[in-house]
Amino acid sequence: MVAFSMRKVPNREATEISHVLLCNVTQRVSFWFVVTDPSKNHTLPAVEVQSAIRMNKNRINNAFFLNDQTLEFLKIPSTLAPPMDPSVPIWIIIFGVIFCIIIVAIALLILSGIWQRRRKNKEPSEVDDAEDKCENMITIENGIPSDPLDMKGGHINDAFMTEDERLTPL
Amino acid sequence: MEKARPLWANSLQFVFACISYAVGLGNVWRFPYLCQMYGGGSFLVPYIIMLIVEGMPLLYLELAVGQRMRQGSIGAWRTISPYLSGVGVASVVVSFFLSMYYNVINAWAFWYLFHSFQDPLPWSVCPLNGNHTGYDEECEKASSTQYFWYRKTLNISPSLQENGGVQWEPALCLLLAWLVVYLCILRGTESTGKIEQLANPKAWINAATQIFFSLGLGFGSLIAFASYNEPSNNCQKHAIIVSLINSFTSIFASIVTFSIYGFKATFNYENCLKKVSLLLTNTFDLEDGFLTASNLEQVKGYLASAYPSKYSEMFPQIKNCSLESELDTAVQGTGLAFIVYTEAIKNMEVSQLWSVLYFFMLLMLGIGSMLGNTAAILTPLTDSKIISSHLPKEAISGLVCLVNCAIGMVFTMEAGNYWFDIFNDYAATLSLLLIVLVETIAVCYVYGLRRFESDLKAMTGRAVSWYWKVMWAGVSPLLIVSLFVFYLSDYILTGTLKYQAWDASQGQLVTKDYPAYALAVIGLLVASSTMCIPLAALGTFVQRRLKRGDADPVA
Repeated sequence: MVAFSMRKVPNREATEISHVLLCNVTQRVSFWFVVTDPSKNHTLPAVEVQSAIRMNKNRINNAFFLNDQTLEFLKIPSTLAPPMDPSVPIWIIIFGVIFCIIIVAIALLILSGIWQRRRKNKEPSEVDDAEDKCENMITIENGIPSDPLDMKGGHINDAFMTEDERLTPL
Repeated sequence: MEKARPLWANSLQFVFACISYAVGLGNVWRFPYLCQMYGGGSFLVPYIIMLIVEGMPLLYLELAVGQRMRQGSIGAWRTISPYLSGVGVASVVVSFFLSMYYNVINAWAFWYLFHSFQDPLPWSVCPLNGNHTGYDEECEKASSTQYFWYRKTLNISPSLQENGGVQWEPALCLLLAWLVVYLCILRGTESTGKIEQLANPKAWINAATQIFFSLGLGFGSLIAFASYNEPSNNCQKHAIIVSLINSFTSIFASIVTFSIYGFKATFNYENCLKKVSLLLTNTFDLEDGFLTASNLEQVKGYLASAYPSKYSEMFPQIKNCSLESELDTAVQGTGLAFIVYTEAIKNMEVSQLWSVLYFFMLLMLGIGSMLGNTAAILTPLTDSKIISSHLPKEAISGLVCLVNCAIGMVFTMEAGNYWFDIFNDYAATLSLLLIVLVETIAVCYVYGLRRFESDLKAMTGRAVSWYWKVMWAGVSPLLIVSLFVFYLSDYILTGTLKYQAWDASQGQLVTKDYPAYALAVIGLLVASSTMCIPLAALGTFVQRRLKRGDADPVA
């Protein structure tokens, strides 16, 4: 595996297994190793070997069915997988959805309030104002609300219109 | 003859509105903390006694005043005595301060809710550092949940002085929170009740305080809600129901919170043990699986004697794992809700579901209380003829929400959480005690207890029991005075006030002193609401003197 990793490095394609020397092998599957130059003159600098192993750590792990927690190369910090980062953060999407719903609901409520008020303003202009106010006040005075006479829907009986003249303002 | 006042559709709606207002975040994050600090189950004794002696009578008083006067807090107190309209104004001012900062909590809850729809949950993993060889330094020193809270959510600055700019993400969430509140109050308060959702002298004082603030007395919200009641409504029954439900919710929330604490403590303890075992196994080339929780201490002792030099070398790295120390971490407030709970949730199965449910619950609680607060502000405004003749109800609500939202942007700055703590600790505490004290004295001695009692009897048709009269006239005012004296002396004795600042380099909270201008703001907060009472009394006095001065020459 080490030889394979070294082969991936440019200028080192000719590295063979025989160029990798082991030492200090223990029972607990840990060992020191060095990689020698093909001409077997000198060992390669640690930095080069380290970067080569780093690039292929994933394949080494997979070959042994191990992972970064169970197979450790001392002095080679493992490259961690960054957490998934979608282009548009998910929370903005959900925020946008809820925001639009709320805005629509507010607009609907405001508009319906305006319509109701317009309808209320149209009706009383046909009925006498004083009569209407008196009617409304009487219904609440006893503390027992009762339905005011629905003068908006029914026909106005002219015979009773003479009552207006009796209600002279003081 | 009075203009037709909007009414609750039925008394159940009124009860639900009161419950949703009283049952708030304090039930979830303050009460369990107090239980833990003051001896667990034994805290219930002072709590229940204070509930019966202070909470229920004062709640009944506020509801009765609102129902009798049929006006918001300013109008109600002006009717009792023109010199006391300042009490209503003070209530409105305090409610205004509260609504300014309280909705920020809802904004944070929205933020966490929106982030709960990811796998894995963003606060369960640390982000990587620059060259991807390890985790971010601040995250390593603190924990991933703390990092997410302090760095990603708040982006907190190291101290109060360094203001930083307004962060757009929490600002958006705050805007959304205010839009939701506006949606609910748009059509007036009647629509807010639709959602249901409540040895040691320090223990007693904290029990009294908790009952007091948990029920939301003194803000004017209860008066506002009750003013929309039918006069014949049995507010005594409702007062008892609301206070009982509020307390049961607190107790229920503590049961849940303690089980969450236990889960988190066990999980962290077992993790700690695993880490220590791994470290020992690697250093001494032990057999895998040799170390277990039960033989850990024995093996440590053996290793210390067999390989003393090696053991002493790696000794600093071994943490002492203790379940008790994990359980001892008692947290309250935003720390509990957003750090401890999220840490527990991230370790559960199907954590996204629990996270969504939990933050949805926080939102329900928070928005329910917000609606009560805004009702306290809006009811006096819509009652006043001057304002309501010029602007329709929707515009007044919109204006209040807009002003609060704009001021609330202060809390989305980098130092915003420190200002939040200032408001949370000082905006309402002393002023409310004073307000409720003046309220009780006003009703009993200025308006007259007998007169109030006969009013209630005429209104509801039921006599007022002697218990309530004794409480209103004697016990509750005495209790409030003693609470007030205690807090005042506590503030004076502790000298300069301090706050907890997040230190990014150490990954933990450090204590710092408030700068002078922060102390000035605190003083202003307390003064602006309490001064309303004497100022309004003085104003009315001067007004009357002037009128009498004009009338004299004629007579």
